[in-house]
Amino acid sequence: MELVFALVIGALTSSGVYLLLRARTFPVVVGLTLISYGVNLFLFSSGRLATGGQPILGSTENYSDPLPQALVLTAIVIGFAMTAFVVVLSLRNLADNEDDHVDGRQGERPEKPEKKTEEESSQ
Amino acid sequence: MNHWLIAPILIPLLGGVLQAFMGYAPISLRRTLAVATTVLLLVSTIVLLLMANDGTYRLYAFGNWQPPFGIVLVLDRLAALMLVMTAILALFAHLFSIGGADEGNRQFHGLFLFQLMGLNIAFMTGDLFNLFVAFEVLLIASYGLLMHGGGTARTVPGLHYVVLNLVGSAVFLISVGMIYSVTGTLNMADLAIRVLLLSGEELELVKAGGMMLLVVFALKAALLPLCFWLPKAYARATAPVAALFAVMTKVGIYAILRVYLLIFGDDAGALANLGMDWLFPLALITLVMGVVGALGAQSLKTLVAWQVIISVGTLLAPIALGSEEGISAALFYLLSTTWTVAGLFLVAELVASQRGSALDKIVTAPRMRHRTLISVLFLVGAVAAAGLPPLSGFFAKVLILNSVTSGPEMAWLWSVLLIGSFFTVIAYSRAGSIVFWRTVDGHIEEPKPLGGNLRAATGALVGLSLVIVAFAGPINEYTDATAAQLQNRAAYLEILQTPMVGEEN
Repeated sequence: MELVFALVIGALTSSGVYLLLRARTFPVVVGLTLISYGVNLFLFSSGRLATGGQPILGSTENYSDPLPQALVLTAIVIGFAMTAFVVVLSLRNLADNEDDHVDGRQGERPEKPEKKTEEESSQ
Repeated sequence: MNHWLIAPILIPLLGGVLQAFMGYAPISLRRTLAVATTVLLLVSTIVLLLMANDGTYRLYAFGNWQPPFGIVLVLDRLAALMLVMTAILALFAHLFSIGGADEGNRQFHGLFLFQLMGLNIAFMTGDLFNLFVAFEVLLIASYGLLMHGGGTARTVPGLHYVVLNLVGSAVFLISVGMIYSVTGTLNMADLAIRVLLLSGEELELVKAGGMMLLVVFALKAALLPLCFWLPKAYARATAPVAALFAVMTKVGIYAILRVYLLIFGDDAGALANLGMDWLFPLALITLVMGVVGALGAQSLKTLVAWQVIISVGTLLAPIALGSEEGISAALFYLLSTTWTVAGLFLVAELVASQRGSALDKIVTAPRMRHRTLISVLFLVGAVAAAGLPPLSGFFAKVLILNSVTSGPEMAWLWSVLLIGSFFTVIAYSRAGSIVFWRTVDGHIEEPKPLGGNLRAATGALVGLSLVIVAFAGPINEYTDATAAQLQNRAAYLEILQTPMVGEEN
């Protein structure tokens, strides 16, 4: 179980990091979401993986730690709110710059003068 | 258990909630209530400072849980100092904002107060996960404040800031998970005891977690490889927001001071002084980078934003060396630089409002309105920031230089700090002479009025460097006592023994 769990966390985080390094806001947002999934699973595993354990001392031989679950719950809530915010901000970026590049409008670069004039005239 | 400790969190929380419900109330009412909240906050933090000055630790345990098991707020000299510094800064930034910067967004005051709440939780908390929550509270408020005022110019730096901080939060959670999985606790005092009992691969896990934590704090503090988000974001923020953000990098520095002195301090066995050998060279390179950025700045606000990075380097170098004198000097410099930099952001905004379309760009332009007043304010701020006598920056830098008296560290710190200060002076004199002295013929269309509270807030914030000089003795005594308290780990660990159950008050 530990190996599968570790592989899942690794796959989620590495795909998240890959997507985060993309230049468009949509992959970046998806990447952030995947990273937060990976992080939440990692945080969950910090209380050791056990099935059928009870979170009350003395009730069973094999008890599970309830604190990481509380931490994960907090992290999920915060991560969800932040993702919603970053989605809205990306839409704002798209609307403001007519481009979903993370550095804003690509037309501002000097090597593409035709595109810049095109975008200015369309405003 | 002392219930006063929760006041700096409750006051902005209640004030902020009130603002959230009052979005459609007349703006004068909202302004009065918001500033009243900030004044109340300042009063409560001063009460806490007077309480903390006796050198004992005070504790507030949520739900009356015995410390290692519940979340605790801890008040000591360092926390009280940070609280008062933030509250004074916030009051003047808030006064400046009611001069017109708060219009255009109904929730400005609410966000401002929630930001203060997040900062105060971060300064008071004695729990690592609660520190993460505090960071998130202050960050989400800062996202809103950074975008305040709108405009396409703020979208892209805002997006970078948000994405970077979300990645930072993910790394924070991973390091918290690694530390918890081995030690089974997140209470800072309990952690300081548990790390001594570790060995073998458990030790390596905590070491890795501790280093990742340092990366997160360095991102918040804008240490060199992680500092390039700052100038654009700060330079484009509305002036009172940029002034308040002057304290945001200091949260990272506070967290480094708190966590690394307590958990990974001199007595931490195999983990003693974790990461501090990395921090010292990085701090010096950050200082150099800040000076280079300041020399190349195209506008006054960018110049001041790079000054934030210079001050981060100057602060972290003596902290990394970890001597008691060094920490005391760094705390003295922290007070001076935070208020001065915030004042300079406000001065840059005054310049921008009186120069028509030239704004705060460092270019020749027609003569600005109210030049005498603004140029004097800029002069005082620049002298204090660059560290020339007779203002507070000079005394702070002398204290920092005095704290390191031998070895290669002395050679590095003295040469980088002194040469850096020299070039900072050049950057300020270049900017000041172009903006204030070199004028071209022409007139400014539609100058904006320079309101009384704009002048008062900026003058007061810049003038605080004179106040620091006047009260340098008592302030230095306080920072000395703070540094001594920070170095004495054993006293902090006693909060674990505080009895909770069956207590009357």
